[in-house]
Amino acid sequence: MMAEIASWKVKTGLAEMLKGGVIMDVTTPEQAVIAEEAGACAVMALERVPSDIRAAGGVARMADLSIVTRIMETVSIPVMAKARIGHFVEARVLEAAGVDYIDESEVLTPADDLYHIDKRDFKVPFVCGARNLGEALRRIGEGAAMIRTKGEPGTGNVVEAVRHMRTVVNEIRQLTVLPKEELMTAAKNMGAPYDLVCYVAEHGKLPVVNFAAGGIATPADAALMMQLGVDGIFVGSGVFKSENPAKRAKAIVLATTHYQDAQLLVEISKDLGEAMSGLEISSIAAADRMQERGW
Amino acid sequence: MEKYVGILALQGAFREHRLLLNQLGYDVKEVRRPADLEDIRGLIIPGGESTAMGKLLQFDGLGENIKELAGKDFPIYGTCAGLIMLAKDIINHSDQYRFGLMDMTVERNAYGRQVDSFETGLKIPALGQEPFRAVFIRAPYIEKVAPNVGILAEYEGKVVFARQGNLLASSFHPELTEDTRIHQYFIRIIEEYWQK
Repeated sequence: MMAEIASWKVKTGLAEMLKGGVIMDVTTPEQAVIAEEAGACAVMALERVPSDIRAAGGVARMADLSIVTRIMETVSIPVMAKARIGHFVEARVLEAAGVDYIDESEVLTPADDLYHIDKRDFKVPFVCGARNLGEALRRIGEGAAMIRTKGEPGTGNVVEAVRHMRTVVNEIRQLTVLPKEELMTAAKNMGAPYDLVCYVAEHGKLPVVNFAAGGIATPADAALMMQLGVDGIFVGSGVFKSENPAKRAKAIVLATTHYQDAQLLVEISKDLGEAMSGLEISSIAAADRMQERGW
Repeated sequence: MEKYVGILALQGAFREHRLLLNQLGYDVKEVRRPADLEDIRGLIIPGGESTAMGKLLQFDGLGENIKELAGKDFPIYGTCAGLIMLAKDIINHSDQYRFGLMDMTVERNAYGRQVDSFETGLKIPALGQEPFRAVFIRAPYIEKVAPNVGILAEYEGKVVFARQGNLLASSFHPELTEDTRIHQYFIRIIEEYWQK
């Protein structure tokens, strides 16, 4: 029998295996070990976490490959890495380096102001951010095998992730009650591929796994997003910009699994040290909001 | 007879196992805490990340409770990460937390990284002539088995589906397909166990 690699099932399948887990941003092999020890289901290898990217300004690009490969050599869990929106060569380089998932990410400075990467053309699967259903379905239409909320990265403020998740859930719910003849107009209005709109209307869910990202800083934030219906959690700056990363990482992992158990959340939320300091969204100039990147 | 099959729901693809079992007329209980083990008839350990599951299993003693249950010949089926959890020995990861119930040695991520993940038609004689669409995702294989472990399927010379008593383990993910034959096979193990 012939083996088939890079099939849609294989690409979306890895995301299915990550469900109920926490994917943590790490910038060194040491941090990757802390994440793995805490029970992270994957790590995102970066040169800087989003809050440092925000502080540094300038152009944020794909991480130095020596960082990515050293992290891949250090941990046994899947390693993801970020490419700039539209930068298909950064994506090719990451694919050739053997990363397990590519995040075509608004955290980095976009390389193309009109188009995203044609993700179907790759063996490696992609995750992309979305603020609403239309954006999620456009990314899936381009070949993304996993979706995450955009939130507002590097802020430690969960409000935008909540808004994006609630928006997606509401828009899915609305589609499920539309009569068939209204679906084409719905697709036109949200700028989404018609066949994917029909899929969502029929199944009441996205055709791929949907994680929360952008502003998650505490175990309660993670449990909140899980209760809103996400499949798992990305934590960016929230772990390694806090006072006690190892302890906080473990607590966020436990909170993601036991998100419905308030009594347990009491136990695991004790003595975690200071969370990362947060940013109020209105204090960020519109041009500096990463969530506006992507088309 | 109560028809609850437990699915370890700490992390991973537990929802897909639930959907397949529901389709076969079985109710499912998601197992997150030791108390959830009480009235289940069998247990599925889903795919996911075996290290993440191992950490979560040690948090409140759930892992040790499952080991105790297994001592009574309790039916358990592990897929992918679940297979790793069942194995006695793991190459290069000897200190990783696991149940260590099946007399076999496994290699993690044995086929390479995600870009090497694949699906293929697999011959499984115990399930009949029709090949099984087997999805391997960063999958392990079984490098070595003791004589008391039955080999149910091999792929390119490596064991990828095995049974020891009421313990069942596959490298691949039947829960990602619509083929229910392996779940039916496991349900027969459960029913025979409870008839005794």
